[in-house]
Amino acid sequence: MAVFLNSCMRIIEIPMLYLQQKLGISKLAWVFLLPNLLLFGLFAFLPVVLNLVYAMTGSDQILLEDRTWVGMGNYNTLLSCKDFLDPNSCTDDLFWRAVYNTLSFVLLQVGFMVGFALLTALILNSKIRARGFFRSVFFFPVLLSPVVVALIWKWILQREGLANAALEGAGFDTINWLLDRHWAFFWSVFVSVWAHMGFYTLILLAGLQAIPRDVYEAASMDAATPLRTFRRITLPLLMPTMIVVLVLSLIKSVQTFDEVYAFTGGGPGSATTFLIQYVYETGFAGMPRLFGLASAASILLALVLVVLTFLQLWASRRNANG
Amino acid sequence: MGKAIAFLTRTRGSRDHAGSRLHWTDWFTYGYLLLGIVLMFGPVIWLLMSSFKTDAELNTFPPRFLPYAQEMITLDGHTKPLPIFTVTEGELEGVQVAQVRRVGIVSQVVKMDAPDEIIKIKVKEREPVEKLALAWENYSDLFKRFNFMQFLWNSTFITVISTLIMLLVNSMAAFALSKYEFRGRTVVLAMIIGTLMIPQTVVLVPLFLVVREMGMINSLWGVIIPGAATPTGVFLLRQYMLTIPDEILDAARMDKASEWKIYWRIILPLSAPAIAVLAILAIMWRWNDFLWPLIVLSRTENFTLQLALNSFQGEMATQWSSLLAMTVLTLLPIAVVFAFLQKYIATGIASTGGK
Repeated sequence: MAVFLNSCMRIIEIPMLYLQQKLGISKLAWVFLLPNLLLFGLFAFLPVVLNLVYAMTGSDQILLEDRTWVGMGNYNTLLSCKDFLDPNSCTDDLFWRAVYNTLSFVLLQVGFMVGFALLTALILNSKIRARGFFRSVFFFPVLLSPVVVALIWKWILQREGLANAALEGAGFDTINWLLDRHWAFFWSVFVSVWAHMGFYTLILLAGLQAIPRDVYEAASMDAATPLRTFRRITLPLLMPTMIVVLVLSLIKSVQTFDEVYAFTGGGPGSATTFLIQYVYETGFAGMPRLFGLASAASILLALVLVVLTFLQLWASRRNANG
Repeated sequence: MGKAIAFLTRTRGSRDHAGSRLHWTDWFTYGYLLLGIVLMFGPVIWLLMSSFKTDAELNTFPPRFLPYAQEMITLDGHTKPLPIFTVTEGELEGVQVAQVRRVGIVSQVVKMDAPDEIIKIKVKEREPVEKLALAWENYSDLFKRFNFMQFLWNSTFITVISTLIMLLVNSMAAFALSKYEFRGRTVVLAMIIGTLMIPQTVVLVPLFLVVREMGMINSLWGVIIPGAATPTGVFLLRQYMLTIPDEILDAARMDKASEWKIYWRIILPLSAPAIAVLAILAIMWRWNDFLWPLIVLSRTENFTLQLALNSFQGEMATQWSSLLAMTVLTLLPIAVVFAFLQKYIATGIASTGGK
C-alpha cells in the first residue's frame, strides 16, 4: 500500500514540477486548491444554484430543458393550507404531516437527548472507577450505521421479540410496537436518542473537564452546598458548551432520515415520515418523480438549517472566546 | 430545606463524609452506569447471540439468551439425521428416543438401540433434547445464497477509495490555504465555510442531476466523487498545518525541493495525527453512508452492505437468521476499528464536531 501510494505521488510530481516552473511558486497555491475547488463547485455550489431553478419548474423530466416553468407554483402547492394546524386542509397534506412530525420529533429528541447527555456527562465526570471504559460504553452506538441501529431495535421490538417477552414475563399483554402510531413514534425518538447521545455526552464531558478545578476548591472553602455549586458554577460555566450541543443536535435532528426510514419506513401510515423522507419520496422513490416539489421542499428546509447554522457559528465563537 | 438538599446531594467524595459507607448517590451513580451498560451494549449482544440461532430457535417464544439447537443422531436404516427427544409420560418415561416423523399430534419414534421398531407416542409426551450450538450456517449461507461478497466488495471499495481521494484532495487544499499567501485566499475560505451550511441532504435533486449528467448513476464512482471535498476535512487539516512552522518549508526550498515534494515529504508526514483523525472519520462516514447511495445505486449488484441490509429486511422479514448474520458482519469492521482506535476516535470526533 505504502509503496503504491509512494509511486503515485512520484508520478504526480512530474506535472507539478512543470507547473511550478511555468507559474512560479505563488500561483501554485491555486494548483493545490484546484481539485478541491472543482469538486466543491460541481457537487456543492452548482447544486445549490440548480436547486433554486428546479424549485420553479414542474413535470417529471430530469433535464432542465425538458421541464416546464411554473414559477412559484411548487411553493404554492406546499404552502397553501386552509388551516395551517390541520394537515388535511393543505394542498400537499403529506408535506405538512412531515413538518409536524419533524417538529415534534426534534423537540422531543433534542430535549431528551441533551438532558440525558448532560446527566451522563455529569456522572462520568464524577469520581468513578473505570471512567474510560464507561465513556466508551455510552459512545459505542454512535459508531453504528443507521441501518444496523434500526435492525437491532426492530429485532428487539418485533412481535415475538425481547421486549414483548419481557412484557409477557411481567404479566402484561404483548404489544405490536411498530404497528401502533404512538409507540412507533416513541421508539423512533428512543432509538435516535440511543444512537446519538454518546456523541453529545462526549462534547459535554470535554466542557466539564475544561472548568478549572480551583473554582470548585474556592466554592468548597466557602462551604457551598453541592446543589448550589452545580447551579452557580457548573451550569453557567458549561452554558457555552450546552448551546453548541443544543444547536448541533438541532441541526442533525431536523435532518433525521436514515435510521427512522430503515426502522419504521415512515409508518405506520405517515406517523414517522419526516422532511428528508418527504423529499426523498417525492423526488426519487415515488412515481411520477416530482423533482420540482422536492426541490422546493428542500429549499424550505435549507432556510431553517441556514438559520440554525448561523446560530451555531455564533455559539461556537462565543464558546471559543468564553 | 437547604439542609435537606445538602443532605440529599452530598456524595462520598465530599470532605466531611470521606471514608463513610456507600451513599445513596453512589448507588445512583453506579446504578445508572450499570443501566447504561445494559442499555448500550445489551441490544448489540442480543443481536450477536441471535445471529447464532437456528431458524427453529429464532421462532421460539419467549426467546432464550443462549443459542440452543436440538441434538440429532444418525441411526442405521435411516438416511437423514433424526432429532432426539426425551419421553415425559407413559411407559417409556425418561427414555431418549429419535423421531422418525410426525403426523399431526402423533410422533413416530424409535429407540436408539432398536432403530427399526417404530413406536407411536403423542407429541405432548415428548421434550426435545437440546445442546448449546452456534448456527454458523447463518453466516456461511450468506455467501452461498446471496451476492454477499459483491456487497462487501462494493462497501470496501467505496470506503477505501473515497477515503484516499478525500485525504489527498483535502490535504492539498489545506496546504495551499495554510502555507501560501495569495489573493483570494479569504474568498476561498469563505466559500468553504459556505458549503458547511448546505448539507448534502438538501441538494439531493440537483446533485442527482449533476451526477447523472456525468454518467455516474449506478456506478460506485457516483458515490465516491461527490463526497470527496469535505469542508470539515479542509478545516481540520488547515488548523493543524497552521501549527507547522514555515521555517521548515524555507529550509526545504533552500535545498531546492519542489513544492510538491515539500507537500508530500514534509507537510503530510508532519500532519499525520490530523490525517489519522480525518481518515477514521472518513471511514466511518463512508461505511455507514445510506441516503446518497440509496439514490445513486439502484441495481442490486452495486448495492453497498447498508443498502443490501435495508432492502433485504423488507423481502426477508421471515428470514431473520440471514438478516441478523449480515447485520453482525456489517457492524464488525466498525467495531474492530473502535476497539483499536477508541481513544483517537473520541477526541477526533469531539474536536471536529462530527459531520
